[in-house]
Amino acid sequence: MSAPQAPSLARRAAAAAAVLAALLFVPVVAGTYQTQLLTYGLTLGIAALGFNLLLGYSGLLSFGHSAFFGAGAYAVALMMRYLGVTSMELFILGGIAFSAVLAALFGVVCVRHTRIFFAILTLALSQVLWTLAYKFFWITGGTDGLRVPFSKLTLLGGQVAFPGADAFAKFITAYYYYVLAAFCVCVALMWLIVHSPFGKTLQAIRDNETRARFLGVRIWRYRWLAFLVSGIFTGVAGSLWVPLNGLTTPDVLYWPQSGKIVFFAVLGGFRNFTGPIVGAVIFNYLEVYAVAVTEYWQITLGVILIALVTFLPSGVVGSAARLSARLKRRREASP
Amino acid sequence: MSLLRTERLKKHFGETRAVDGVDFSVNEGEFLSLVGTNGAGKTTLVNLISAFLSPDSGRIFIADRDITYAPVDERIRAGIARSFQLVNLFDDLSVLDNVALAIFAREGKTKRIFALAERDTVVTQEATELLGQFGLAGKAQGLAGGLAQGERKLLDVAVAYALRPKLLFLDEPTSGVSTRDKAQIMDTVSSVVRGGGITAVVIEHDMDVVFKYSDRVVVMHEGRFLADGPPEEIRRNRDVATYLLGTDVSD
Repeated sequence: MSAPQAPSLARRAAAAAAVLAALLFVPVVAGTYQTQLLTYGLTLGIAALGFNLLLGYSGLLSFGHSAFFGAGAYAVALMMRYLGVTSMELFILGGIAFSAVLAALFGVVCVRHTRIFFAILTLALSQVLWTLAYKFFWITGGTDGLRVPFSKLTLLGGQVAFPGADAFAKFITAYYYYVLAAFCVCVALMWLIVHSPFGKTLQAIRDNETRARFLGVRIWRYRWLAFLVSGIFTGVAGSLWVPLNGLTTPDVLYWPQSGKIVFFAVLGGFRNFTGPIVGAVIFNYLEVYAVAVTEYWQITLGVILIALVTFLPSGVVGSAARLSARLKRRREASP
Repeated sequence: MSLLRTERLKKHFGETRAVDGVDFSVNEGEFLSLVGTNGAGKTTLVNLISAFLSPDSGRIFIADRDITYAPVDERIRAGIARSFQLVNLFDDLSVLDNVALAIFAREGKTKRIFALAERDTVVTQEATELLGQFGLAGKAQGLAGGLAQGERKLLDVAVAYALRPKLLFLDEPTSGVSTRDKAQIMDTVSSVVRGGGITAVVIEHDMDVVFKYSDRVVVMHEGRFLADGPPEEIRRNRDVATYLLGTDVSD
């Protein structure tokens, strides 16, 4: 069975431009709540992008990405609480630094292993972090968490602030565009990475580790670097997410958060670039509306996951691409 | 002049003496065939030299440099490359990417993270030319996993060749392909390898192929060398006829 042929660079660029144009109009045509939901979706999309550098491109399933998401979120909260920082740009830099250090350390332990051993190690290390956040309550606020009120936040070097009680709608609109810009930068960077010699090398290691080794590639160094980059992207996602949520608690470090990130990739399809992003956005809506409709929302999501793995193993985007390729072949075959 | 030599190289698996104190040498520029029945120790010997396995004892030298315990990447930098008995490719990457990756690795460019691989025109051009030499230019954009068996064998050799080794080990490059494809593969491989001035060691079972293409033939039996010489001499060797060909030389 042949894989669907990849569209040309020009067609990809045109499709990305069309999506971006549509996204730019969201705050104009949709209400504050829908804009807020999509902002959440975009931040989760960045996390999925980072996660998929490991799963989709390196063949490593991490069950511990909540650690990096939480590291980004807690970096913001701790900087605001203890350093009095209000600048979102500084928060992002702090999130990058915090998640990079964590990913570098975790990576040394994890990347020498693969398959279930890698997954279990990432899970175990993320749970260590969750326990620390839970137990060191005098620093982290314990289960109460740390507040990150949007009213204290400033964007673009302090030029945009949101004082006053009625500033929420203004914040959501401004923050949506801020997150959208960050999202575009992250997508462009990740696209460059996966199409770089480094990205191709990761895919080669994923496909055939032995052969890659016999090209002179030192496998674990590349895996470590992929782990680092993946952790940083997920950390940035956590940093962007927390002002939107207004609060971070140990829950963002707990294993279900890692499970959600895995879900994004499975839902969208992890063997293509856009799949995990689409999966993250869809998951966000699914979760919000499932929670609103039924108290058994976890069961609903579980059934969806089982159905996906059973009937659409290549995810929503992967299946759509295959269907499109099949229709194209049929059109070409018909006289 | 000897490019590679081993001294009393030994590898045992329990009671099995896969390689049993072998003194092996490969001269610069020759096309050498390593033959023997299944289990004779041919692949184990190549695995030891290419760092796929560690020896129990003995030494390995390339151009008088001791590489006995050097890791794979160091041996590749020293000029050793290999293909595999079971084709080892990056099936989900394009044919071009398979070869380009070997070139990126050789040039130390695989750590480039913020540069598009396809925009490296020097690498892309070299990969395209190399695929042309191996008769695969028309398949460059297709997935490696979609190639026919004979083409996969050729690509496997092309990937190893792209490392520009001094010494290239080819482990059964014609196994599992039709008689017609065998001749085509060996014609192509022999022409490219000899044209590139590369020393080659080929593990092969088909004695017609061995006698046609080799400068020298080394025969292994139960982990040791049974015979070593030019093809005509090996063809007349009584021991080889008995153990390998299953005939008597007088026949």
